[in-house]
Amino acid sequence: MTIATGQGAPASIGIVEKRFHRFADPPDTMVLESGTRLGPITVAFETWGRLSEGRDNAILVAHAFSGDAHAAGRYPGESGDDKPGWWDFLIGPGKGIDTDRYFVICANILGSCMGTTGPSSLNPATGRPYGLDFPMVTIGDMVETQKRLLDHLGIDRLLTVVGGSVGGMQVLEWCRRYPRVVRSAIPIATTMRHSALAIAFNEIARQAIMADPNWQGGNYYDTGRRPDLGLAVARMVGHVTYLSDEAMRRKFGRRLQDKNDFSFGFNADFQVESYLRHQGSKFVRRFDANSLLYITRAADYFDMTQRPDPIDSARPGIKYLVISYSSDWLYPTYQARELVRRLKRAGQDVSFCEIEADCGHDAFLIPDERLSNLIGGFLHGIAAA
Amino acid sequence: MASPQPEHIRFDLQVIASLIEPGSRVLDLGCGSGDLLAWLAAARDVRGAGIEQDKDKAARCIARGLSVLQGDLNAEVEDYPDASFDYVILSQTLQQVYEPARLLRSLARIGRRVIVSFPNFSHWTIRLQLLWRGMAPKNDQLPYSWYDTPNIRVITLADFRRFARDVGYRIVREIAIDTDTASRSGKVVEFLADWRATYGIFIIEQKNSDGA
Repeated sequence: MTIATGQGAPASIGIVEKRFHRFADPPDTMVLESGTRLGPITVAFETWGRLSEGRDNAILVAHAFSGDAHAAGRYPGESGDDKPGWWDFLIGPGKGIDTDRYFVICANILGSCMGTTGPSSLNPATGRPYGLDFPMVTIGDMVETQKRLLDHLGIDRLLTVVGGSVGGMQVLEWCRRYPRVVRSAIPIATTMRHSALAIAFNEIARQAIMADPNWQGGNYYDTGRRPDLGLAVARMVGHVTYLSDEAMRRKFGRRLQDKNDFSFGFNADFQVESYLRHQGSKFVRRFDANSLLYITRAADYFDMTQRPDPIDSARPGIKYLVISYSSDWLYPTYQARELVRRLKRAGQDVSFCEIEADCGHDAFLIPDERLSNLIGGFLHGIAAA
Repeated sequence: MASPQPEHIRFDLQVIASLIEPGSRVLDLGCGSGDLLAWLAAARDVRGAGIEQDKDKAARCIARGLSVLQGDLNAEVEDYPDASFDYVILSQTLQQVYEPARLLRSLARIGRRVIVSFPNFSHWTIRLQLLWRGMAPKNDQLPYSWYDTPNIRVITLADFRRFARDVGYRIVREIAIDTDTASRSGKVVEFLADWRATYGIFIIEQKNSDGA
């Protein structure tokens, strides 16, 4: 079987399509980490490149909390003006993750709202969206659905699993659960567990949603009212944590938006206010408030250090590349170094590099040749070994 | 992926590389852009790791497919399990280390043998400069003025022999070489090494080690 999608001009993966895999139909529902059963489950995914005859060139890309399966390329009908996939600078022919060499897969995470089953999906028991009846899912459950997808695609070995932020947590969880499947791992801008600071910001985001009267206990889907304001505020908070003091000073400073003086009111006088409001309302159009609640909770619960079989008990053999960013204050470099220390103590083969960047946590999503070179060279070394 | 020819790496690194048995586990401290590690991996089937403070150099190493940690070597060496390596290499860095005895203890813990190289402060040009001009000496290996040098200490071959003995190491092998800082050529100095060597390379191990 050869799986191929995407063609087009060099340096761009071209047109891609979102596909779906459905599994865990009752009575064979999936048992979640919490013990609850869930099914059926649909996973939205995209692939790029070709799976080799030996099925040894597959790479799994894990996306961050508000991301989706559309990591590279464009959908049919989209023009060059439309934004390509979120990691298009990294994934494509001749790029860091070279689709001429590797078969690349990205799946939307469980609990999300970008095609994979989540709280906005129909509950087969009621015929209405789950809302808060959707069971609590974990990073481990997300990984499990990705594993089911790979089984379906006939892939039993991953050249690497790579991802940033909450995607990096999935990378670590993959290493813990499936050390024999994963040959190498690239956790980027991530952490073994949330700090109090990270949990605090997530809690503010959740409270913003739940305090919105339109949230209605999570059952807003067929009421015609959605907690848009709460979700927008949640996104504004999130955005601040993804930036950095330096990036915000450079981008906005104290500059005013389309005016020369204060309005002496509460309109968006400052550029930074206008930017955050814009980000908030843009997010509302594409993301589900309940999904934010579930995914942030999964990230808060994630703790690689407290598992019964933590990452360092995985048999040596996975090659790690840990990457952090100097201005990331959500998952600062010291947390990446803690991960590195743990891997070293366990005798694991680990490389680490902090990339100097002033863009904060979001830096891994911003086109940067250094990230492409690091990943490209690292992958080349794995593939050649 | 990178497999530099031995003559393409620095002469002192060529000498160090020649001391390492094939298949060894090697940690290179201050590995720069990874020339030695890449050569050892390609030519000696060595399982190598490196530590490099400079972010760009560390990134270059990783992009070459080497296992390298970006960080401060004094801190990074603490986290390896005992006897993780057959050789730990500290090349041209000892003169910048704040606590050499402490660092060497760590290195001897994580490695069976430690290879240390440093510029020889008892080279004849240095002796003469101090004797005749009465000023802090400079040469190709130690090109800095007293006020802008990154080297916080100066070491002679004799100093290191005594230091190794005092802190509990056996000198397994000592090689004196005459080469420039970045030169690919040089020669081993046998006669009057303390005067004529620009660099000393020592293999040391802990006295109670049962290493061959």
